[in-house]
Amino acid sequence: MASTKKDLTFKRVYVWELPVRIFHWANALCITVLAATGFVIANPPAIMSSTEASGQFWFGTVRYIHFATAYIFLGAMILRIYWAFVGNRYANWRSFLPLTQKALLNIRHVLQIDILLGVDKEHRLGNIAIGHNAVAGASYVVLFLLALVQVATGFGLYEPMSAFFVADLFSWVIPLFGSDFTVRFIHHAVTWLMILFVIIHVYLVFYHDWLEGRGEVSSMFSGYKFVLTDRIKPEDTLEGETPPAQEEEPWVEDEKTPAAEAH
Amino acid sequence: MKSIKNKRETYLQSVLKQGYSRRDFMKFATYMAAYMGLETSVVGQVARQLENTPRIPVIWEHYQECTCCSESFIRSDHPIVSDIILDKISLDYTLTLMAASGHQAEAAKHATMEKYHGEYILCVEGSVPLGDDGNYCCIAGRTAIDHLKEAAEGAAVIIAWGSCASNGCVQAAYPNPTEAVPIHKIIKNKPIVRVPGCPPIGEVMAGVIVHYVTFGTLPELDRLNRPKAFYAKRIHDSCYRRPYYDAGLFAESFDDENAKKGYCLYKVGCRGPMTYNSCGTIKWNNGVSFPIQSGHGCIGCSEDNFWDNGPFYERISSLNGFGIEASADQVGKATAAALGVGVTAHAIAANVAKRNELKNSIAEGTRNEKQVRED
Repeated sequence: MASTKKDLTFKRVYVWELPVRIFHWANALCITVLAATGFVIANPPAIMSSTEASGQFWFGTVRYIHFATAYIFLGAMILRIYWAFVGNRYANWRSFLPLTQKALLNIRHVLQIDILLGVDKEHRLGNIAIGHNAVAGASYVVLFLLALVQVATGFGLYEPMSAFFVADLFSWVIPLFGSDFTVRFIHHAVTWLMILFVIIHVYLVFYHDWLEGRGEVSSMFSGYKFVLTDRIKPEDTLEGETPPAQEEEPWVEDEKTPAAEAH
Repeated sequence: MKSIKNKRETYLQSVLKQGYSRRDFMKFATYMAAYMGLETSVVGQVARQLENTPRIPVIWEHYQECTCCSESFIRSDHPIVSDIILDKISLDYTLTLMAASGHQAEAAKHATMEKYHGEYILCVEGSVPLGDDGNYCCIAGRTAIDHLKEAAEGAAVIIAWGSCASNGCVQAAYPNPTEAVPIHKIIKNKPIVRVPGCPPIGEVMAGVIVHYVTFGTLPELDRLNRPKAFYAKRIHDSCYRRPYYDAGLFAESFDDENAKKGYCLYKVGCRGPMTYNSCGTIKWNNGVSFPIQSGHGCIGCSEDNFWDNGPFYERISSLNGFGIEASADQVGKATAAALGVGVTAHAIAANVAKRNELKNSIAEGTRNEKQVRED
């Protein structure tokens, strides 16, 4: 290990702002509820009951939960898109896309070290991304696209039952695919893709937490991560500091954050 | 249209000549207004239009089809419905029902196309094959594409009867050997009303024609060019078994107790929740019944590509390319399980490959903690 004691001074840095964390957990909850109710709707369990149809409404309730959660899911998504423009540099939309040379190098590093389990010749903490790494960022773009497909197909199927303008915004979906069959099938199949994402995502979060020891899991609760002092930038908020009120002047903040800084 | 108004018989004149009373005629007008979803105050307008409007000539083409649309149409439940269209709208050309044949028939068709150029209604039953220069469907020695293009040229309105002309239906199902296509894939420059169904309900067909005759405009259409009055709702939304669906009471198989009780057929593959049609309200055979009422799930015959979205008795269609009859769920479960195994293997491999790194960082962490405590 080449590092000396001086290199290893860590400070707690405020990485995930409150709206990001709220979004993350709202999203996690919504996906769980939507997938669970969705599978029940696709293949309802055989409940034998002697009660007349007039005396029960459980399937209608499951569908109601699915639709209500869908609105929350959409709302959380809109909040996150907004925050991708006004949030800190770890929440900015640029941090999701591998646009810079640095990000491309990071992709190679992550693939070599984390996916193919290579060992760095010289272990340097500077190689580890502070926010999400470039591969994770790209995977969230994929998740976002899957979520867009789910929102469009889901609300498309829901639209004929609703007079609410939000649902009516999706009246183009079914004509685009030609029939409910296709739309339903896509909605169902993409659910599985999202489940596959969740498996990989949860595993890799624990992987990084275990191997890097920077509080990967708890950072999504507290917002803080341990960061090497050398890597902290002036705009980063440390523990004990008040986060700057960025939403007041997002355009100024935008100018201050050039694309190259995205990790 | 005005110029020929006095030359041709009006609908009322021809109906009276046929032996119907004026009372029958008014009943018919009321009936049609109700089917079109119009309010009672408009009945007078419907009647007046039918009294004064000259009959509109109709050319009814048959291509790749089974004639079930015509069969359905002549069985629409009010006698005047079929009479007014078949005899009175001057159905100038239809292979199945006209008296003429051979050269005579073709001559009659051409005479209509010339005389009423830009005025006649073109009804098309059946899809059009494009494969092998369209030779899979020939009438009077010419291909269906030829006939369609020629007839469409002078048509005021084109109506695509049934799923064949609207969606391609069975002959367009995989692998579609004749390359059958619905007519909107060929005719792009004219309004085409799509009236899907295999067959469509006779009253729906009559409703569409009478609407045009009455108001001189097409009925309000949805984004897929289907008349909203008949195709705005899913069968599911007007199904009398819907309360069982909301209550979660489903037939598990066709011979179980639940099926006998008349529970919802959702789990045995009913396509009602995905099919836009009027079967639940107008019903079939003079309003006697419709498939779900007879204990069989809807097969979604008025939906695009319904043959390829099988099997009919499964909720979710099978996934092509993933083995025989594999559903998205089976593929999903298998992939998730494989991924679970992969992730576990990766976790074990990571601990082995990075054992030195881990040992070092644990030692470092312990050192740091000790130092923090000393400070």
